Amino acid sequence: MPKARISAPPTAKPGEIISIRTLISHPMESGFRRDSSGAQIPRNILTEFVCLYNGRQAFRAELHPAIAANPFLAFHLRADVSGTLEFRWTDQRGEVTTETRDLVVEP
Amino acid sequence: MSSNRNRGFTAVSLALAILGVSAACEIPAPGVTSEPEPTRTLTQALSGYEFQAEDTQALQDDPFANPGMLWVDQGQELWRDGGSADETSCSSCHGKNGDSMRGVAARYPAYDAETESLLNIEGRINRCREKYQQQSPYAYESAELLALTAFVAHQSQGSPIDVFIDGPARPFFESGQSYFYERRGQMNLACHQCHERNVGRMLRGDRLSQGQPTGYPAYRLEWQTLGSLHRRLRFCNVGVRAEPFPAGAPEYVNLELFLAWRARGLQVDAPAVRR
Repeated sequence: MPKARISAPPTAKPGEIISIRTLISHPMESGFRRDSSGAQIPRNILTEFVCLYNGRQAFRAELHPAIAANPFLAFHLRADVSGTLEFRWTDQRGEVTTETRDLVVEP
Repeated sequence: MSSNRNRGFTAVSLALAILGVSAACEIPAPGVTSEPEPTRTLTQALSGYEFQAEDTQALQDDPFANPGMLWVDQGQELWRDGGSADETSCSSCHGKNGDSMRGVAARYPAYDAETESLLNIEGRINRCREKYQQQSPYAYESAELLALTAFVAHQSQGSPIDVFIDGPARPFFESGQSYFYERRGQMNLACHQCHERNVGRMLRGDRLSQGQPTGYPAYRLEWQTLGSLHRRLRFCNVGVRAEPFPAGAPEYVNLELFLAWRARGLQVDAPAVRR
């Protein structure tokens, strides 16, 4: 299971724009490289990243072979209500890595 | 960490380039028995950090975004939990959070009296695994060894490098020193010809650094992963078309001791981000 790092504030004021940063360890092998014996190294990439805010999609990204190893994604959300942020990375075989963070919204 | 570091890089490198020709002639004679302090050929030591582009430096300085921290995280887990449930872990002897490792990486490689050999951090970790954990040593450059090494080295971030080269460590140091000044490979180049005489000049797309080991294990953008100092040394050997030693070879550990002595005073900045 790949290891992920999340940077998200634990608290926010209502309507505040919060910054979320994510980093996940993954080789993002493009499938175009060859090893020392000349054999093609099979493609092995993450294909999708989704951030759910209380179950609703808040941010989504499609990943492709040209993206560097250990993808770093940063984006912004408007904090409306307290709840859970769920982060899901899906690889090309459909294997999912999930992380969650709680967000408390109070004035 | 390093926003206020010396940015007077161009002036320094120019000075080094001018000094380079005369400095390179002062190669200390190997095999000195009275153990005087060896002659230093660099007037000012500069970490590899100073030779990176600003965006690469920024990536290293950000403790969240630095991709090397993925290995530090994994190393912390291995440190606490060992490889499996019934194993003795590093934390069984050295404490849960790794505080006891502060400054340790700055003193390695170090002579180990028991095995009568020179051990770097990787070697020490594997020695501990065999002796105290009754585990087989990790393969050099394996994900686990890189992670533990990164975790241990990270605890010394900011500690000035100060290795011990006298007494039983001296022959290892001298062997590493001669390696640094010996020509090798089809290109017939010695380490010092790039990393002392031509510091700051361009080698194809890259700016020649002083070859300081402060940031290793380091995340190299070219590798797209974290790698050990020995992987970097192999890469240099291949660059001059010399047959590289296997990672973990005694020749490289000896060279590592010489490089650490040469870097004395520079701060450990592992896991660094390099081009």
